[in-house]
Amino acid sequence: MSKRLFVKGNEAVAMAAIEAGCRYYFGYPITPQSDIPEYLSRELPRLGGEFIQAESEIASINMLLGASATGVRAMTSSSSPGISLKQEGISYMAGSELPGVIVNISRSGPGLGGIDASQADYFQAVKGGGHGGYHIIVLAPSSVQEMYDLTLLAFDLADIYRMPAMILADSVVGQMKEALVPHGRPDTLLPAKDWVVRGKGDGEQRVVKSLYLGDGELEAHNWKLHAKYRELKEKEERWEEFETEDAELVIAAFGSTARIAKTAIMMAREAGLKVGLLRPITLFPFPERAFAALTQRCKRILDVELNTGQMIEDVRLSIARDADVFFYGRPPGAGSLPTPEELLEQIRKYC
Amino acid sequence: MQQVFKRPVSLKDVQTHFCPGCHHGTIHRLVAEALDEYGVQQRTIGVASVGCSVFLYGYFDIDVVEAPHGRAAAVATGVKRARPDSFVFTYQGDGDLAAIGTAEIIHAANRGEDICVIFVNNTTYGMTGGQMAPTTLVGQKTSTSPYGRNQSKDGAPIRMAELLAQLKGVAFSARVAVNSPKNLMDAKKQIKKAFRYQVEGKGFSFIEALSACPTNWGMNPLQANERVGSEMTDYFKLGVFKNVENL
Repeated sequence: MSKRLFVKGNEAVAMAAIEAGCRYYFGYPITPQSDIPEYLSRELPRLGGEFIQAESEIASINMLLGASATGVRAMTSSSSPGISLKQEGISYMAGSELPGVIVNISRSGPGLGGIDASQADYFQAVKGGGHGGYHIIVLAPSSVQEMYDLTLLAFDLADIYRMPAMILADSVVGQMKEALVPHGRPDTLLPAKDWVVRGKGDGEQRVVKSLYLGDGELEAHNWKLHAKYRELKEKEERWEEFETEDAELVIAAFGSTARIAKTAIMMAREAGLKVGLLRPITLFPFPERAFAALTQRCKRILDVELNTGQMIEDVRLSIARDADVFFYGRPPGAGSLPTPEELLEQIRKYC
Repeated sequence: MQQVFKRPVSLKDVQTHFCPGCHHGTIHRLVAEALDEYGVQQRTIGVASVGCSVFLYGYFDIDVVEAPHGRAAAVATGVKRARPDSFVFTYQGDGDLAAIGTAEIIHAANRGEDICVIFVNNTTYGMTGGQMAPTTLVGQKTSTSPYGRNQSKDGAPIRMAELLAQLKGVAFSARVAVNSPKNLMDAKKQIKKAFRYQVEGKGFSFIEALSACPTNWGMNPLQANERVGSEMTDYFKLGVFKNVENL
């Protein structure tokens, strides 16, 4: 068995990237994710890899695009304002069907906002933050262990579906230290990268592009991308259920908020209240089936987010009219992280 | 009978979409000749930009990655770092490289990325219909400078070859033209030199090639060709501005 380490969530992401075989990192400093480039700037050169501190977030995502086009595993990381700058490149990567891992240790906004934990980038992450209509895979860890596990998964899913994958977390999960048991990459069957540019040799020319001008070409390309999103929904929805068996009220929350909700639920259970948690782990694809199944037995959902209400739209779409959905949100900012007692008070309102 | 002139192997046997009198086709040919000269076609990865030159992959028989507007130097950085054994060049226009992609080109040059950059300067945004570019000459009328470029409001045209030559990471920087047989022969020589530097691992090399754009200049091909040799080369002097071999 592997040894237990005591590390930050951000370090767990960097360690997992290396374990996943990522040897190329491109980034730009921004709080609260700088532990990731700091770790990789130290480790990647020792492993024969490349670390570039780019001139901008825009340059880093395009370096990722270029490296990924050659078939290597590569990564960038940033925080909300920087992720906004990367949206152009993410759209091009989605259009060019390029894998790559993007980490968003998100902070509060809009604009410069602040550096506190936030879930206000949900829409940007899951609805396709750039132009042109696309999705990327979005994974939402809620512990240091999951920062590691889901980073490994992100690299595999990105390669399998040939699309960018994002780790969406915040400073609570990124800066917090807790136990981590590192482990090897899962033994996943990965498709051959027979599309990468490598110099044509004696073979056929290969082109990585997103421009389609021929009659009907772009329409067909968009349907092809859409088919992948449907396949993701069928095969890759992931979630955690906690105390939902007999629950009369279920909290819907992801990432850092789900941790606080869990504590509140344990307090509520001690007080005899039948409360549970449904925590989406994949935000895209959103675990629609889990919510649909849940509402066969539980008719009240309390959606909790560090924003004014974003994921709640997907919760509502998933359950149609089969349950009542309530909302408790704290827009991100200094002092706005809810306490378990505060959430318990909300639970009591609906039990 | 001996064949003395033929299509470079690195170019496809197709017609280009370029307008009559445009210099892109000639510059494409010189680049292809240089790829052939060093036998690097099979390990070349070209980076296409946004503008008239976006269809690079339609004309060159090489692997190509298409970059977002202005980002070719960053994309090329990622390609070259991940595959240091490949031969990497970007091919960008003046709006792409000297306006929206200024940060990317300056920092790729400053890092001394081991790539070649072909920068085609025709003093206008060709594909979007002839708007003012960072290289539009003072007084030049375009669709967005209908009264002529005004230096006090629009700034003076940027001389990229001289600007980049200031950076330590740059091994070679030259400006060439293909408007006359003499200039074309010299352009061929400089492009080959730039490519040789990458083959020898000497670092970042930059070729600024002046080009005619008859369609957007409102001229016929001969007039446009003439303008390259007069007005344009008066301001954009031809020559080598940096050469590590001479330092």
